[in-house]
Amino acid sequence: MDYKTAVLGKYNARIYKSRKDHILEVKEGQTQPIAANTRAIPGIMTNRGCCYAGCKGVVVGPLKDTCVITHGPIGCGFYSWGTRRNKARPDADGNNYIQYCFSTDMQEPDIVFGGEKKLRKAIEEVMAIFKPKNIMICSTCPVGLIGDDIHAVASQAEKDYGITCLAFSCEGYKGVSQSAGHHIANNGLMKRIIGADDSGHIGQFSVNLLGEYNIGGDGWETERLLKKIGYNVVAVFTGDGAVTDIARSHRADINLIQCHRSINYVAEMMKTAFGVNWLKVNFIGLQSIARSLRDLATYFGDNGLIERTEEVIAEEETSVAPTIANYRERLNGKKAAIFVGGSRSHHYQDLLLDFGVETILAGYEFGHRDDYEGREIIPEIKEDADSKNIENLVVEPDRRYRAFLTPERYQELKEAIGLEEYAGLIRAMGDGTWVVDDLNHFETEEMVRILKPDVFFSGVKDKYVVQKAGVVCRQLHSYDYSGPYAGYRGAVNFGRDLTMGLFVPAWKLINAPWRESNNA
Amino acid sequence: MLDQTPKEIIARSGICINPLKTCQPVGALYAALGVHRCMPHSHGSQGCVSYHRTLLTRHFKEPAVASSSSFTEGASVFGGGANLKQSVKNIFDVYDPDIIAVHTTCLSETIGDDLNSFILELDIPDGKRVVHCNTPSYVGSHVTGYGQMVAGFIKYLAAKEEKSDSIGVFPGFVNPGDIRELKKLFKLMGVPAMILPDPSDTLDGPMTGSYQMFPEGGTSLAEIRAFGGVKRVLALGLLASKEPALVIKSRCGVETDLLPQPMGIANTDAFLKRLMDLTGHTVPKELEYERGRLIDLLLDANQYYYQKKVAIFGDPDTVAGLLSIALELGLFPSYVVTGTPGDAFVSQCQEILQEYDVPPAKVKAGSDFFELHQWIKNEPVDLLIGTSYGKQIAKAEDIPMVRAGFPILDRYGHAHHPLIGYEGTRRLAELVAGALMDRYDRDCPDEDLDVVM
Repeated sequence: MDYKTAVLGKYNARIYKSRKDHILEVKEGQTQPIAANTRAIPGIMTNRGCCYAGCKGVVVGPLKDTCVITHGPIGCGFYSWGTRRNKARPDADGNNYIQYCFSTDMQEPDIVFGGEKKLRKAIEEVMAIFKPKNIMICSTCPVGLIGDDIHAVASQAEKDYGITCLAFSCEGYKGVSQSAGHHIANNGLMKRIIGADDSGHIGQFSVNLLGEYNIGGDGWETERLLKKIGYNVVAVFTGDGAVTDIARSHRADINLIQCHRSINYVAEMMKTAFGVNWLKVNFIGLQSIARSLRDLATYFGDNGLIERTEEVIAEEETSVAPTIANYRERLNGKKAAIFVGGSRSHHYQDLLLDFGVETILAGYEFGHRDDYEGREIIPEIKEDADSKNIENLVVEPDRRYRAFLTPERYQELKEAIGLEEYAGLIRAMGDGTWVVDDLNHFETEEMVRILKPDVFFSGVKDKYVVQKAGVVCRQLHSYDYSGPYAGYRGAVNFGRDLTMGLFVPAWKLINAPWRESNNA
Repeated sequence: MLDQTPKEIIARSGICINPLKTCQPVGALYAALGVHRCMPHSHGSQGCVSYHRTLLTRHFKEPAVASSSSFTEGASVFGGGANLKQSVKNIFDVYDPDIIAVHTTCLSETIGDDLNSFILELDIPDGKRVVHCNTPSYVGSHVTGYGQMVAGFIKYLAAKEEKSDSIGVFPGFVNPGDIRELKKLFKLMGVPAMILPDPSDTLDGPMTGSYQMFPEGGTSLAEIRAFGGVKRVLALGLLASKEPALVIKSRCGVETDLLPQPMGIANTDAFLKRLMDLTGHTVPKELEYERGRLIDLLLDANQYYYQKKVAIFGDPDTVAGLLSIALELGLFPSYVVTGTPGDAFVSQCQEILQEYDVPPAKVKAGSDFFELHQWIKNEPVDLLIGTSYGKQIAKAEDIPMVRAGFPILDRYGHAHHPLIGYEGTRRLAELVAGALMDRYDRDCPDEDLDVVM
């Protein structure tokens, strides 16, 4: 049966035309283009959020030494307050602002007469109460429309208070999804924070962790492994992150990219400006962790580090092996569908395979073609009206540019460990499986009905839709308030949670005994 | 937890810190989910509806469907008419609801989209309806947004020429459990009633193994039509139901009673008394016994409530109701706050407080959690009653907390239970006593731990 026709056949001609290139059946060995990062269709229930959600919610929100002020009516600030599970502990000065929500709570007169005055007042009050070193301002839809100059307000605040104050014009209507907001946030960090601090010593084997938001404590588990082997983690972008760390991040020896979608701009720009090479890693799934750690050791080429890496992998694998085997026994042969934001739909396929679970359907909410097809497609991606509106920051080599590798070694590593490469999601998937970009509510219902996965990984908006249809749904945005899922300990947590979800006693109680005969 | 919150209070007019309210559209969306086969539609950027669906899903632990006009930068410049037109066609084609309930956002309001004329120009299939309300996020709060949507349904759909023997009810911004309790009260009183909106069965649906995008339940189109001809409307919640009460009076000439939420004994008594006056029916023994069991409980457990200081926070109508309950229990309310702006809340609460011989309480509208926390740092309380974000203060100051109101994001099953009626008060009384008794047990020396309390 042609599932594509079965699903798309129910659409009117216009939706059909918009959606047909976003869905494909994987044919191993073939190059398969997919449409991605295009406009959502009005009226069709997408899971996507907005530019503000990507900028404030994802990238700058987790910075714990920063008061992030949402400039706008109350909703946007409220919804992005403590809802993403990006964990943080207080910094050396005891500061942790992520428990707080700061909003200018714009009222009708502010919309009519302009909101700059209120924003200035808000900054004055935040300074008086908290005395932060950093303030970031994120704008919401009406701010851009009425023309408040948040950048001028930010500049003035820097002069008045001697702080770092960044403004992000991340109005919700910009771009086609959260992705535009990631890009805007990346640009801001690059322009103003990265490279701002040359003081102090950066130890050897220094790395930055990019695109790690410490959801459920993932970043902490990854850092634990890296530190155990002997790496210095300079900065994490941005889970449990701090502006003070990011300001020094240009001096690290390598950038490790976990979430490609949200942070690859920074990685590319740091390469151009400071010569920091980047490596796509995945600390989700036992095989992926081992591969990532080995690739990293190879990059440094230090024998002690390589040995220590093998010791740590062996030790960690041994410690979790019996538990993993136990869960694998119960999960082996199950089929999964994964629909998350920008990179996890790829990462988690590796972890599922550790438990013998095959992914039969995967897709990104706001991925670009390179997240699906690999980075080599980037030159072919055409700019459209929506992407043109997002600044494409061009950086020049900085005076502090430092090549960590010789050109020859760089080439060797490119081949050996895929340095600065990302092959995308489609290549990771088996023949006859399905890839759907921006999977919507209707398609979710249809695909669950047709493909009958044993488990569906998505977010909270889908969760109860899928579960009401009788299929367990685990949230891969929030981990259903569990985690971490990264690293070896995370794999154990994940195995436990998935087993728990599938074997909830209540699944067997759905049919009342007097109804069973009817259903048989 | 909240370690940066200082005890010293500085007057603020620019920054809201830790809001005790959210924006109008999410309230409108919630109201629309209580209408049968209705698709709530957010006319703005898709981020709004993503946040709103998320919040409602987290509160109810149920699917909360809604669509969006998915504005891009172009639509924000040229207006959202084309996006609405395309949305409406797609929604009817793909999801096939009976009604689309459009609410606006700060985006579409700021650019001045005229929904009245947009809707007139739509090509709507036979038998289907598109209604709207204006909910700019920079006005009011989610509570007024809820009221705007209910009023929108009445404006578009209630028919003056209809005749009905029922009482119409606007239940206010409450949970499905409250709606079930309301229905129980009407049934026991023998009074036929129609409720708009009715999220019972749409937001506390059973697990059957089959998903229905538009489940059974919700107020039907025919019922909303008939609202235009009901004998009387009881509009519950002085803020949430104010707007629909005004609209049904002016549009259809229906007499309305705008009443506080029937939370607490006095309010429930007054509500039933009103029903008696309107219908001539008497309160059945069953309800009198329910009331009696509650009074009995309050007398039995009195010593654990007596003069315990409480902070109450949440939405205006709910907080006013909780205040009544707290006073009836014998608690001393210290702080009574809402984030929603409006002086009416303050005078309503002060009137309630004046009926009791209690120390003065701080009552404030347009407040936030940060301010409440600072007050508590200066003058502590024994108990918090309110919504989930209060747990930060509960942890920071080590104060027991009872959850009530919207949103509650960290509990399961709460929305099945009422806060209204005698049953709602009985439940809160039990939760409060339990929280205070657990705290006593936790803190007391071992020799003071009593198995019998």
